[in-house]
Amino acid sequence: MMQIKQEVEERHVLTVMVDNEAGILAKIAGLFTARGYNIDSLTVADITENHSVSRITIVTHGPPSQIDQIHAQLERLVPVHKVVDLTEAGPHVQRELALIKVAGVGEKRVEALRVADVFRAKAVDTTTSSFVFELTGSPEKIDSFVAIMRELGLVEVGRTGIVAMMRGAEEA
Amino acid sequence: MSDERSGANILVESLVRQGVEFVFGYPGGAVLPIYDALFGDERLRHILVRHEAGAAHAAEGYARSTGKPGVVLVTSGPGATNAITGIADAYMDSIPLVVISGQVATNLIGSDGFQEADTVGISRHCTKHNYLVKDPADLAAVIDEAFQIATTGRPGPVLIDIPKNVQVATATWSDAPIQRRDRYVPRLRADTNEIAEAIEMIASARAPVLYTGGGVINSGPHATALLRELQAKTGAPVTSTLMGLGAFPADHADWLGMLGMHGTYEANLAMNQADLIVCVGARFDDRVTGRLDAFAPNSKKIHIDIDRASINKIVPVDLPLVGDCGEILSQLLEAWGTRAPQDLSGWKTRIDTWRERNSLAYPGNTAAIMPQHAVERLFELTKAKDPIIATEVGQHQMWAAQYFHFFGPNKWLTSGGLGTMGYGLPAAIGAQLGNPDSLVIDIAGDASIQMNIQEMGTASQYRLPVKVFILNNEWMGMVRQWQELTYESRYSNSYSSSLPDFVTLAEAYGWKGIRIENEGQLDAGIEEMMAYQGPVIVDCRVAKESNCFPMIPSGAAHTEMILYGDAVAGTLDDAAKALV
Ligand SMILES: Cc1ncc(C[n+]2csc(CCOP(=O)(O)OP(=O)(O)O)c2C)c(N)n1
Ligand SMILES: [Mg+2]
Repeated sequence: MMQIKQEVEERHVLTVMVDNEAGILAKIAGLFTARGYNIDSLTVADITENHSVSRITIVTHGPPSQIDQIHAQLERLVPVHKVVDLTEAGPHVQRELALIKVAGVGEKRVEALRVADVFRAKAVDTTTSSFVFELTGSPEKIDSFVAIMRELGLVEVGRTGIVAMMRGAEEA
Repeated sequence: MSDERSGANILVESLVRQGVEFVFGYPGGAVLPIYDALFGDERLRHILVRHEAGAAHAAEGYARSTGKPGVVLVTSGPGATNAITGIADAYMDSIPLVVISGQVATNLIGSDGFQEADTVGISRHCTKHNYLVKDPADLAAVIDEAFQIATTGRPGPVLIDIPKNVQVATATWSDAPIQRRDRYVPRLRADTNEIAEAIEMIASARAPVLYTGGGVINSGPHATALLRELQAKTGAPVTSTLMGLGAFPADHADWLGMLGMHGTYEANLAMNQADLIVCVGARFDDRVTGRLDAFAPNSKKIHIDIDRASINKIVPVDLPLVGDCGEILSQLLEAWGTRAPQDLSGWKTRIDTWRERNSLAYPGNTAAIMPQHAVERLFELTKAKDPIIATEVGQHQMWAAQYFHFFGPNKWLTSGGLGTMGYGLPAAIGAQLGNPDSLVIDIAGDASIQMNIQEMGTASQYRLPVKVFILNNEWMGMVRQWQELTYESRYSNSYSSSLPDFVTLAEAYGWKGIRIENEGQLDAGIEEMMAYQGPVIVDCRVAKESNCFPMIPSGAAHTEMILYGDAVAGTLDDAAKALV
């Protein structure tokens, strides 16, 4: 009988600066599928005044040797200017935004509002029987908020995936 | 000077400006404006192939044998998809190609228009870079960058997809040189302290091996010369991958032969027992390493490669030197200075005991020509002409690698990474165009040759005297061998049934056909082939069930080679079967 081997995996956050050209996202996403790498989340938006450069934040996991390969393979793409492995580079902040819809009346509705307050989530839409909360924070914080809301009438969750940045004055 | 021109004209001018001699192509609706711009233009020679895969392989053969980029022109849809195999082949073997494909007009893209295919999407992962050009004003700069990307750094294919309306619409063409974007700047040289560390490691090694690959050839003939110089200074024995053959002369006392799955015993044992491996432009392919946890277990490793992603991809190394092989070899030589070589006599004595196994020996045969012998004779009788050898894929390819010997770069054209049957004939055609005075021979198999046999017409049309030497064993021999060794000789669909009569086929295309049926006809047949001015097919009937040895079975270590005469179980466990 043949078994498939597993290796110890790490979670890494990478930022990738790319030329904002057609097909670049397909190229990067395709690189991950073609080489069997994992994408846990991927966010992208252009960040320069003339819209010429986009910044992509990718969260991935895999064995350390694979993370190193991902870094090298990304750098090899012609439209890629710079790849930073924030997890390697040092202390950084990670933030994610979520919209969470909760429906309910009576006790549960009051409790949902109370928990939202504790988490500093903002009610961005309110009806007599529902809320849409906006919550920004670390992925873990959003996870735990969503877990609680599950008990209090969770209807729908939308998350952006994280953006991340080095702490301190320097550019990564 | 600047004036208004059509996109098609800008393309042609740009190709001329790049110094392109040949365009390998096939017309169709979506490239008619380009074909019209080519009409009557004497500056570019268009070579009309018979299938777009043939165009891509011919461009590869031209590139590999001349060191210049190959240029391909195909129409949209089926033209582009037909070319994909050749593009993927060039990608795996780092061959510089610029492929121009036609596309439906920009307003039709995405509408499932006639002969529309998402060529940029399909080719994304088998090109180094690709473009969809939506404005003729961008064409000149895109073509300029495409040639830069294809030919610098780790070479590879670049595709430019040009919608038909962009070929027709006009833009300003200027003779002034293009302002490059400078976004692609490969690293060429290693740091001085890295070089110093490498020299330290090489100077203190007692059992070093230079493990060289296609990167040395890609770096150019100067890299080959520098490799020989470094070898002379250090005394280290040299082995090479399939792609690197010719970088080091096969008649040198320190040449170990090819390594890997069908490499020599001495090359694989030397890799296994080395205390230092200096990898120069090779990539630790699975065909080379065998079982990874048993690969060169006691050695330190230096890896020279222009592609940082090749480093630590498969085998972790102690010292990566990222840069161009030629540049880094010259840095190493400079840093080596006037040091005396180490005394490696103990190491060489051990290597000599492995050489004594004579791993390329094969049994005699009175009833039929042994294919190995046919290659040996072909080598002996043609070597004075320093021929260019192309191959197809299979046993004959490995026999060519083992028994034909190479003394210089750019003489050996084979599909290594992708292993594409049908590569050899078009590659030989491209090589013959680039080297009109050379003897170009495709060492072929009976099955592979049928995969791009239509290109015989191309050779006839352009009067190219290519020679196709078929080692006809009436089998997909390599498949049959694996079935014999791992599936208890259950020969599922590997017999070459209904083979054509290659001699009359040759004649049908205006070629000469020669059949060699026994040993007595072998030398005369080869001489006759060489004496004929035009293209020739030689149908050389060889022993049908010969196997290609030595062989490291998949999943085995370098020390577990099978040689002729060894007993083979004929089965494999599932884990080994799962490996290709
Ligand atoms: C396009 C393609 N299809 C299938 C294969 C798998 N394959 C590898 S070798 C081989 C048999 C080749 O037979 P032949 O050309 O007669 O060469 P021989 O091994 O007999 O020398 C096959 C089918 C391949 N390498 N390429
Ligand atoms: Mg065969």
